Amino acid sequence: MSLNTIKISDGFSHFMPKEYVDLVERGPYGRQVKVSEMGSFKEILEEHPMCAGCAMTLFIRLTMVGLPAPEHTIIVGTAGCGRLALSQANIPFIYGNYGDTNAVASGLKRGLSIRHPDQPKDVVVMAGDGGLVDIGFSALMHSWFRKEKFTTILLDNEVYGNTGGQESGMTTKGMVLKMAPLGKKFEKMDVIGLAKTAGLPYIARIAPTNPTRVANTIRKAVLIAREIGPTYVQAYTSCNIEYAIPTPKVMDDARAVEKERYGFMEIISDEAKEYLARVEKDSKKAVPAS
Amino acid sequence: MQRVVTPDYLFFEAPRERVFITGSEAAKEAIRRSNVDIAISYPITPQSETMQQVGYLYAEGYLKDYYRGEEEIGVMSAISGASRSGVRALTATAGPGLLRGLETVVSWPGGRMPLVLLVMCRVVNAPLAIQPDNVELSYLLNSGNILFHAENQQDFFDYTMKAFVISEKVEVNLPVVVAVDGFFVTHARGYVDLPPKDIKLPPRDPYMAATPCMDNENPPARISRDAPIQKSNFISYHMHASWQQEVFAAHERARRHVDHYLGGAIEVVNPGAEIMLVASGSAVSQAREAVRQAEEDKGVMIGLVKVKSLRPYPRLEVINACKHAKKIIVPEFNYVGWHNKEVKATLYGHSNAEIMDGPRVFGGMSMPTEMILDYIFPTKGKKF
Repeated sequence: MSLNTIKISDGFSHFMPKEYVDLVERGPYGRQVKVSEMGSFKEILEEHPMCAGCAMTLFIRLTMVGLPAPEHTIIVGTAGCGRLALSQANIPFIYGNYGDTNAVASGLKRGLSIRHPDQPKDVVVMAGDGGLVDIGFSALMHSWFRKEKFTTILLDNEVYGNTGGQESGMTTKGMVLKMAPLGKKFEKMDVIGLAKTAGLPYIARIAPTNPTRVANTIRKAVLIAREIGPTYVQAYTSCNIEYAIPTPKVMDDARAVEKERYGFMEIISDEAKEYLARVEKDSKKAVPAS
Repeated sequence: MQRVVTPDYLFFEAPRERVFITGSEAAKEAIRRSNVDIAISYPITPQSETMQQVGYLYAEGYLKDYYRGEEEIGVMSAISGASRSGVRALTATAGPGLLRGLETVVSWPGGRMPLVLLVMCRVVNAPLAIQPDNVELSYLLNSGNILFHAENQQDFFDYTMKAFVISEKVEVNLPVVVAVDGFFVTHARGYVDLPPKDIKLPPRDPYMAATPCMDNENPPARISRDAPIQKSNFISYHMHASWQQEVFAAHERARRHVDHYLGGAIEVVNPGAEIMLVASGSAVSQAREAVRQAEEDKGVMIGLVKVKSLRPYPRLEVINACKHAKKIIVPEFNYVGWHNKEVKATLYGHSNAEIMDGPRVFGGMSMPTEMILDYIFPTKGKKF
């Protein structure tokens, strides 16, 4: 939505629900919000049908805070847990067919660039490990090699959460899950390595343990994709149901996994660094919107 | 380079010059005049040549974007993304490629995506053959896509341009597939009357649509906004049902545009004849020749119904055209006889004619006119 489409007509302002007024007046449209402001504005994702304690939901909420221009962003998803929340957000969402996200995003981004050459439109793919790395692998890799200008965010819960807990390519080796009754036979796929091979200008691996870092990572990824080329964020978003993580322990698990094997990693090209520095400089110069 | 003219001027009024070109070249010339924004290609025989030529158009500046996708699922998905962005989008495929991308193709109508898919028919089933038959069209009949079946190079040229216009009508807003029998048309030359190449269709207006494009400049239509719609519960059943009903209601609303732009959804030769041939695609050309031979050699007047639009199927027109018939023959280029089934379903309760089971060829064979004539004038022990 451009800002014009969320503006409330004067004649209707009196009748609009309070939460919609809050979204328009204090939400993240038209300005870059900070994680520290959460609670003071109406989030673009609030209610959702995800499981209690789902780390993926937290990550998605933080992603929404990090988006540099949610009013000009379209999110593309596929079957999986993530789309249950994504389809509830106040951002246009495309739910396609199995594994098609990066192909849809390719056509969408190119079409938007044709129609709006002077208005950056951000396209963000958010999908799970099954959707992106297994069934969507071909589209994922080819979008990177074609240098399509959008961000891919892998919600890596290391399992097919939405279909009931089967192993995925991103499950760690040896893990016993449905369809891996004797433990998974091969290693977790090295998508970060593949992203490096494809020469992406920005690659990040992250867990939702540091909210500000999540939002900043997303902001950087989307900005760099807008101008330089495809970007990739791989986020550990545990499935507390299939991995039997007690709800109060979800963040403990995230911290433990981050420390033991996931870590925070960021790879950024020189060109992307220069571009980001320029953007940050320009944004400091800009007069804040009243 | 090109000036925009009205569809009616381009289709019906502009002067035309006769050229002798292949079906693939005819498709290229149609796309040149269709103001296409983006074409996404992937090679498959016999379609490759057409999309190569579209690439040359891109190089010449007639299209704004063009690339080779990763495979058919990727291409069909990318086209849907492009269509959702509001641009005019095109791709093409053949036989196995169509089936590979079929999940996406059948989701286009529900997404209410105006776009055009060219299908150059080719064998799908094993054992492998790359020659033409059109069994793949049976998969498209109930996909929700509007489906035209071109007889020859001229049809392929005209239907392709008209497909864009019909696809983007606000009350239609559906993808349109233009099918043609591979090789027989795509790789063979025929006479095509072409309007000048310095005129083109008006651009797509993406806001004149049942479901406006997703460009964030207008409130989006969100068929997947609420998670329950994606889940198996009471709401999803009703949501899905109403949406599908609307897709096929849009087919009904497309009929008047099909009539206008295609000059009727059927063409009838020798109306009122007691023996009628009903055909689509290349089988029409073979049927025309059988009609001529029957008259010249046997002095018997045979009728022919050419079906241009398979979806929406011209039910009333076919019923009316066949009302006098005592025998109906449906020649077609596939094993399963999908058109024969369609004709039988259409005429059930409306006709006492014998609807014969054939003739059919498949796997790339051509259909000799003697084969059709043998159904009309059966001779014991001398089957073709």
